Amino acid sequence: MRTGLRKWSLWLGAAALLALPLASSAQLSTNDLAQKLNIESHIGNLTGHAKAAAMNYRRYCVGCHGELGDGNGENAVWLDPKPRNFQLGIFKCRSTPTSTLPTDTDLFDSIGRGFDRSNMPIWNTLTKQERADLVAWVKHFSPRWANEKSGDPIQIPPEPEVTPERIKAGRDVFARVQCWKCHGVQGMANGPSASTLTDDLGRPILAYNFTEGSRPKCGDTDRDIYRIFMTGLDGTPMPSFADNIKPDEAWDLVFYLRTFMSQHSKEKDMAKQLGLKPVDPNAPVPAASGQQ
Amino acid sequence: MHVMRRLRIRSFATFATSLPVLSLILVSLVLTCVQPANAIPAFARKYGLRCSACHESWPMLNYFGQKFKDNGYQLMNDRDAPIWQNPGYWPVTFRILPIWHRVSTGKVLVDTYSAGSTAPTGSAVQRVTSSGFDLSGLDFHTGGTLEKNFSFYVLPSSDSSGSFHFETVMARLDNLFGSPWLNVKLGKFELDNLLSEKRILTLTGNGGIYQLYHFIPQGDGNIFGQMGDNQLGVEVMGHSYNDRTRYSAALLSSVDGTPGLPYGSNAYSGFFTASQAFDAGKAGVQRIGGYAFVGLAPTTWITQTGPSGSTVIPGSGIGNKSFSREGLVGQFYFGQHVDLQVVTQHGSDSAWFGQGYGDLIDGIASGNNTTGTTLPAGSRSPTWNGVLLEPHYVYSPQLIFIGRFETIRMSQQSTPGVAQSFGNITSYTIGYRYNPFMTSRAGFAWHNEYNWLHQDGTGPSLGINAANINTSELLLGFDFDF
Repeated sequence: MRTGLRKWSLWLGAAALLALPLASSAQLSTNDLAQKLNIESHIGNLTGHAKAAAMNYRRYCVGCHGELGDGNGENAVWLDPKPRNFQLGIFKCRSTPTSTLPTDTDLFDSIGRGFDRSNMPIWNTLTKQERADLVAWVKHFSPRWANEKSGDPIQIPPEPEVTPERIKAGRDVFARVQCWKCHGVQGMANGPSASTLTDDLGRPILAYNFTEGSRPKCGDTDRDIYRIFMTGLDGTPMPSFADNIKPDEAWDLVFYLRTFMSQHSKEKDMAKQLGLKPVDPNAPVPAASGQQ
Repeated sequence: MHVMRRLRIRSFATFATSLPVLSLILVSLVLTCVQPANAIPAFARKYGLRCSACHESWPMLNYFGQKFKDNGYQLMNDRDAPIWQNPGYWPVTFRILPIWHRVSTGKVLVDTYSAGSTAPTGSAVQRVTSSGFDLSGLDFHTGGTLEKNFSFYVLPSSDSSGSFHFETVMARLDNLFGSPWLNVKLGKFELDNLLSEKRILTLTGNGGIYQLYHFIPQGDGNIFGQMGDNQLGVEVMGHSYNDRTRYSAALLSSVDGTPGLPYGSNAYSGFFTASQAFDAGKAGVQRIGGYAFVGLAPTTWITQTGPSGSTVIPGSGIGNKSFSREGLVGQFYFGQHVDLQVVTQHGSDSAWFGQGYGDLIDGIASGNNTTGTTLPAGSRSPTWNGVLLEPHYVYSPQLIFIGRFETIRMSQQSTPGVAQSFGNITSYTIGYRYNPFMTSRAGFAWHNEYNWLHQDGTGPSLGINAANINTSELLLGFDFDF
């Protein structure tokens, strides 16, 4: 009898060892709400499902972005810039006009590209399906997606051939729309307004330094750079210049910005041959093309 | 014998009664610890990522963690250089385990005593079991970047008595010529095993290693083919941008990682790997690859006769003979919860090793291949085949269930006539690790594991045939790093 009791004690003990961690882990499981959601993302032929991303979000993202997607994970206090608050539904890197929601592909690309000058890694080890699922998960945090549709991607005309004239024209655009006020006349993020910049939440923010060699946040191809100043970086002081710059001028500006960057480029070579000087903040503002 | 059995039954009954109480106390302790700690393990502290970002379950790496390691402990953003860190940041983490374990070894040859006799009067075979509280060794991990694309890792490691050695000391040049395909590492380091023994999820004496990575046939004198041991050498390694394609090639001294050139005077080995991963949609990323460990190691030693007899002169080994280990590796994922790790091996040693020549420095070898030595007639290269299957069920990043089956079968004994199965190994391991919290600041796992190992013919002789040995171990512990 007593031996039987002891055997039962052994099995009960073993069961306790296994069951208690399971039970407490179940208590720690969160986002029950998300299990009820059926939000999807669509990236090409891929369909992402929010509920499929719950575990990956918890594994990879929650430390910074928080359980609630509010950017208040346990690491947030140590990070600069702060993690994105998904609840606001405001995103820097978009292919869509300013103030509109990004496309699913924009978010998908952001996850796979990561962000230089932040703690957001390059998550390209995740499968495309996992990234698509995470996009759907990110969308479930903000009510904006329930009420609005993503904006239509801006049209980017084919990239023209770079010429010395275009680089000079780009410098004029740089002066006219006063990029130098934040980015500095040599693209070193030391313009007169640079030290005063804050994001929409009032937190200090740095202008992009073109010369230090880091990747632009939203991609480093010419098309990516074009897109940045035609869509703006929502939530930051970087506005959209879609209403101020014509598409052809935007390409000129791309070419001029390339002359600042540390990587070797034909734009740099051309600027050197031209003996191109930085813009003069005190010079008269050049007129827009077509207004001469 | 009968008394011994009764004693064992009594101690088992006591164990059974105390186990629930012990369990409840330990689990209560675990659950009361469900709160963030106040310091950060080295890499997580630097980058602000949770353990789970890089580890399928700490310490086993996931694909993101593998890529981070392959990039030289860099995320490949602009914050990899230490200049971005607070000057007070020092990338160091220590790891140790207080444990309770019960080890039971069957068929141990023991002395027997007659009544009134203080000297052994005979011998018998019996099971020996011991249990109690214990400690693991202590690891001090320090690693990271010295500058962008200059990384390092130093790991002083002790046994449970505090006797230290250098488990890892290496510096690495990363992304040479701006390419992830060219990285060079120099020092003492873990071989590029995709299923890393240094990041193994199990901790018992036999289950805490991969038997496949250390197998030596019975009577064989070659210790130099242990791919689970960190080795001294130089490694060239490369990978694609997303780490889906990987290769490595290492040139190693055949010293089994022991510094001071204690063995051969001119013996080298090579370790080569290549693998490719595939995106399998909802199933996850699947990786398959292969490895080969080929080398030469000494069998002939210069000796010196002194007052205490003949001794072997360290570093004098010549008469190099060959060995090889090659196999396939698979990492298969079936969704986010289930995965299976597979390693196969075909191994072969020179007949000289098989006949007991090899490491005389540590006394592993039984003979010295001096001038005129000949092999016994019919001696052959010992060969074997093995497979390792390790499934995981990841309930959540904080709770993982682990299983493992390993078997190694001799396909050819060095000496004709020796039983084909002599030295075969079969090992089963099950366990789970529960992390009550998951932050970027510290690691803690409540670890439970059971291992059972069977080896053919290596026990004491019982009549004509040698006995098989069964060994088991149950381990419970707190695995933590800080």
